[in-house]
Amino acid sequence: MWRKLTFSHGVHPPEHKELTNQVPIRRMPFPDEIVLPVRQHAGRPAKPIVKPGDWVERGDKVAEADGFVSVPIHSSAAGRVVEVGWWPHPDGTMAEAIMIQVEKYSPQIPRPRQIPRWEGLSPQEVVSWVQKGGVVGLGGAAFPTHVKLLPPKEFPIQLLLVNGAECEPYLTTDHRTMVEFPHRVWFGVRIMMKALQVQRAVIGVEKNKPDAIEILSKTRPPDLNAEVIGLTVKYPQGAEKMLIKAVTGREVPSGKLPMHVGVVVQNVGTISCIAEIFETGLPLIERVVTVTGPGVRRPSNLIVPVGTKIRDVLEFCGGLTEDVTEVITGGPMMGGAQPNLDAPVTKGITGIVALTRKEARIRQVYPCIKCGHCLDACPMFLNPSLMGSLAQTARYQEMADRAHLWDCMLCGACSYVCPSNIPLSQMFALAKYQLSRLRKKEQAA
Amino acid sequence: MNDRPASTPPEDRLLLTAAPHLKSPDSTPKIMWNVVGSLVPIMGAAVYFFGPSAIVVLAASTAGALGVEWLFGPKGSLKDGSAAITGILLGLCLPAGFPLWMAFLGGAFGIGFGKLMFGGLGQNPFNPALVGRAFLQAAFPTAITTWPSTEMEWAAWRGANFTLPLQGGEAPDVVTAPTPLGLWKFEGEVTDLWSLMVGNTGGSLGETAGVLILLCGSYLALRNYLNWRIPAGIFLTVFVFSEILYLVDGARFPPPFFMLFSGGLMLGAVYMATDMVTSPVTHLGCWIFAAGIGILVVLIRVWGGLPEGVMYAILFMNAFVPFINRATQPRVFGHGVAKGGKEPKP
Ligand code: SF4
Ligand code: SF4
Repeated sequence: MWRKLTFSHGVHPPEHKELTNQVPIRRMPFPDEIVLPVRQHAGRPAKPIVKPGDWVERGDKVAEADGFVSVPIHSSAAGRVVEVGWWPHPDGTMAEAIMIQVEKYSPQIPRPRQIPRWEGLSPQEVVSWVQKGGVVGLGGAAFPTHVKLLPPKEFPIQLLLVNGAECEPYLTTDHRTMVEFPHRVWFGVRIMMKALQVQRAVIGVEKNKPDAIEILSKTRPPDLNAEVIGLTVKYPQGAEKMLIKAVTGREVPSGKLPMHVGVVVQNVGTISCIAEIFETGLPLIERVVTVTGPGVRRPSNLIVPVGTKIRDVLEFCGGLTEDVTEVITGGPMMGGAQPNLDAPVTKGITGIVALTRKEARIRQVYPCIKCGHCLDACPMFLNPSLMGSLAQTARYQEMADRAHLWDCMLCGACSYVCPSNIPLSQMFALAKYQLSRLRKKEQAA
Repeated sequence: MNDRPASTPPEDRLLLTAAPHLKSPDSTPKIMWNVVGSLVPIMGAAVYFFGPSAIVVLAASTAGALGVEWLFGPKGSLKDGSAAITGILLGLCLPAGFPLWMAFLGGAFGIGFGKLMFGGLGQNPFNPALVGRAFLQAAFPTAITTWPSTEMEWAAWRGANFTLPLQGGEAPDVVTAPTPLGLWKFEGEVTDLWSLMVGNTGGSLGETAGVLILLCGSYLALRNYLNWRIPAGIFLTVFVFSEILYLVDGARFPPPFFMLFSGGLMLGAVYMATDMVTSPVTHLGCWIFAAGIGILVVLIRVWGGLPEGVMYAILFMNAFVPFINRATQPRVFGHGVAKGGKEPKP
């Protein structure tokens, strides 16, 4: 049956990918200092195992996982630990972090390490290597990857879905990864298929990356039951639920996870990072970051050591222009504005986008004119207009009961289209936060 | 390596706004002023057909609307353009010879009681222009149904534009002409389609040039500043309903095309029913809303005491918008799906 490979609703923000989508990935030199927050993933923060004065080599573990939904953190450069203290975190808060003075002129050679031979490993062993490598979802959410690889027995997984949609404007991280390292991507797919024991894999790529689709199709190993699918270009095509809908036609039931419909979704960057573990034995200590936007002098795709300060990354790209108004980590639709450029690049940061007044400015808010554009945009088929008016009077519980607040994934499509500039998704984020705080208080009482 | 000194500014120069950081270029004032802009050709046609009287009537109703918005509305709300739309639309559904003070009063009433009383932009359940018009219809039933002929000299005043309040009703020396709907209703005469389409008939200022209204509306619909489902739904229902009636008894009921192009239907369907604030937000809701208006228009025109029913039909359906919205909420993604994520059968 012919079906359009997409979901309903959604928006079409200007893509602006031309700034960097033909720029090859380069390696950024090691900075003078790296800062490694212990909280770089969803779940419990890692526990530091080094103290000031310790010497670490590149790739050494500096903090260990605290429980199952947690991953260890490794040093991305050789040097001396100078402090374990509080430091600005790119999410806008302060977080416990390990500061390392990077050794100048070091060859940055990691300790010799065992390279796992994946053919001989059992699925469980593969998964434990993924956890030991500190791998988290590199698409932005930074959820520990090994948790997704161990679904409970009652949910058999039929499909590994690799997310190469990259629907956020400006970002080209996954795009360049697919174009430059297609073999690594396929190698990662192979390992993941083994870990999950699935028979089939699909790489979903938005059609605005024809070179990626072409090269992945050409390099596909013939013995792998996998295919590359071109998806309609639309935001938020890369949201898990939308991607699953587009590729399989299935809807993840409300409040459930992709595994409930037999699918595991992994980002292309995560896949290639896992492949690297099995190629080099090195854990996740660096990642591809797109540094872009009209406010950056030299837009680039960089391999950045995790823990490099945003300021250093920007300096390496020629600095910011005079008219820059806002610096964002992640994509411009869901990413956060940076109050402090000394915050480090963490594992979950896909890009650094510097916007100018043309895009980022304070806009006057008008009353809701019931135009219905937000309803047409919402991929979850919610009524943002109704939720917005409830949020204005802080009727958060009602938003959850009457308007399905918990189904909102904060994609921001509604705010993007709202002609009255109502900060809809911001209000929904606040409402969710307030409700969960209330819930916690109730549980404590 | 760097050809110029690198610079990262101090953070106090950086903004901190919430995601999303990109914003579509549409804004509420932009939508409103686009509607105003699209009304300009229609106003032009009114001036072409009705001479200087059209200018003064439009100016009076708009002045009334703007004045009250400026006096009682929130600061700066004139700039969003919505009061201007109300004033112009009200002017367009008045006859050319309408006394200016009444037009002014209508605009003021529409904004004051039709909009600001409910809390201003976005809060009003009824279309403010129609509220103003309904008020005028109730207060001055004769003046609002005195239609000047289109055969007068262009520069001539089309009636008692300059009478003052409480002034005696001395009949001005004006040739009046019946509207096509009046002709049909009271004399059983059907105006030919061509005159109806180009606007060469008696009627209110903006009720005459049907084709022009359609063109201007299409522009708005293409820019997504107007939900095309509403006029399309109204036209479709009016056409089908009156076609059925026409087939039943061609002598008693007018032909469907006459229904579509006569009276205020074009202006009402394209500009009044589509007012974003007072129409449903869901697509299905818009179809239901439109069908309701279409049926009511035909019912009132054919069986009601008045020849024209568009205004009441729209106001009546405005009242149901909250219910329509609630009843036509689409299924939320992931709700009601069977195990395995299959979409439920509708
Ligand atoms: S942020 Fe929530 S309400 Fe807004 S479009 Fe996305 S899912 Fe819908
Ligand atoms: S897009 Fe904005 S103005 Fe339009 S209905 Fe939604 S909240 Fe209201």
